[in-house]
Amino acid sequence: MQQNIIPSHAGTLESSDLFVRILPKKEGGVSIELESSVCEIYADAIKKTVLECANAFGADGMSIIVQDKGALDYVIKARVQTALLRAFGMNELDWSVL
Amino acid sequence: MIQQKLRRSMLFVPGSNVSMVCNAFIYQPDTVMFDLEDSVALSEKDSARLLVYHALQHFTYKDIETAVRVNPLNTPFGILDLEAAIRAGADIIRLPKTDSVDDVLEMEQEIADIENRIGRQKKTMMLAAIESALGVVNAVDIARSSKRLMGIALGAEDFVRDLRTQRTKAGSELMAARNQILLAARAAKISAFDSVFSDVKDKEGFVYEVNYIKGLGFDGKSLINPNQIPWLHKAFEPSIEDITWAQEVLEAAKDSKIRGLGVVSIDGKMVDAPIIARARWIVDLAKASGVLGEEV
Repeated sequence: MQQNIIPSHAGTLESSDLFVRILPKKEGGVSIELESSVCEIYADAIKKTVLECANAFGADGMSIIVQDKGALDYVIKARVQTALLRAFGMNELDWSVL
Repeated sequence: MIQQKLRRSMLFVPGSNVSMVCNAFIYQPDTVMFDLEDSVALSEKDSARLLVYHALQHFTYKDIETAVRVNPLNTPFGILDLEAAIRAGADIIRLPKTDSVDDVLEMEQEIADIENRIGRQKKTMMLAAIESALGVVNAVDIARSSKRLMGIALGAEDFVRDLRTQRTKAGSELMAARNQILLAARAAKISAFDSVFSDVKDKEGFVYEVNYIKGLGFDGKSLINPNQIPWLHKAFEPSIEDITWAQEVLEAAKDSKIRGLGVVSIDGKMVDAPIIARARWIVDLAKASGVLGEEV
């Protein structure tokens, strides 16, 4: 069944932060677009973290667009999880997926 | 028994400010206080909560005491903030706008429920912020209301609004509240913390206020800017004369214990338990300030 995904975003473009947008897409799966000042070194690690967050939420049929400004791993998690909660319209937190 | 430690500086860190959240530990305040309440816009309550939840678990905050100021329980955010903070291992929950014993007991019950549900062994401490005339009037009862309370703190900005006045450098508008909160804390044998000093560029005014509240007997002060930390720690640094006196007292007390004497005197002045406790406090301050080595 197709998930009802609300276009959403979280974070900022300030240094040490990241700005993440989530958009619904018709095809299944999760696609990740990444733009980062540290792409050459950390692109794989950042994408892995983003994908783990999305999988924990059972995400499907969404594009995740990330503009990273040198965020630490836990900041990436916090921002992506916030965007996912907003995308799914969830007010209650499921601690098992965080 | 609540863990008593040195808490001169409590640095407020807006939970929505990534840079501050990631870097606050570098400035080495005695306690980092992540704020989910007044400094966070309504639209960012969710993102700040998650950011603080993850920061609390990061290794950079493992060796520093952490507190979280949650939103009031009568808002949609309060209980979510509380659960996030406790699950992430915060040492202290700062209760905003504490007007009565009921406010403390309600928060205490919610904390206990969450700890039981998640199986947290360590007891989360509470710090009640008193920010109204009603809270000041009830300070004695508030301070005695829970074994989880490690201290009470003055929240001056809301308090002066409640009094229908404004803050001044002289601070006469806060005199009654400061004295009441200090007395209430001491009667309950918990700590007392002063409010923030908002003009971050006014070092002279800040140091004057720190010396004033230190003289009254406050344990420490909330801060809004990391630059204020060294100024505050310096003001709390004991003088060489004080340290010398404290070391003499502790040495005399040790000697008296070995010899089985009940009371000892230095320069003709009796040294008893309160004097010894004060001497220990001065030595602790001197160690924390780096004036004395840890081995002393």
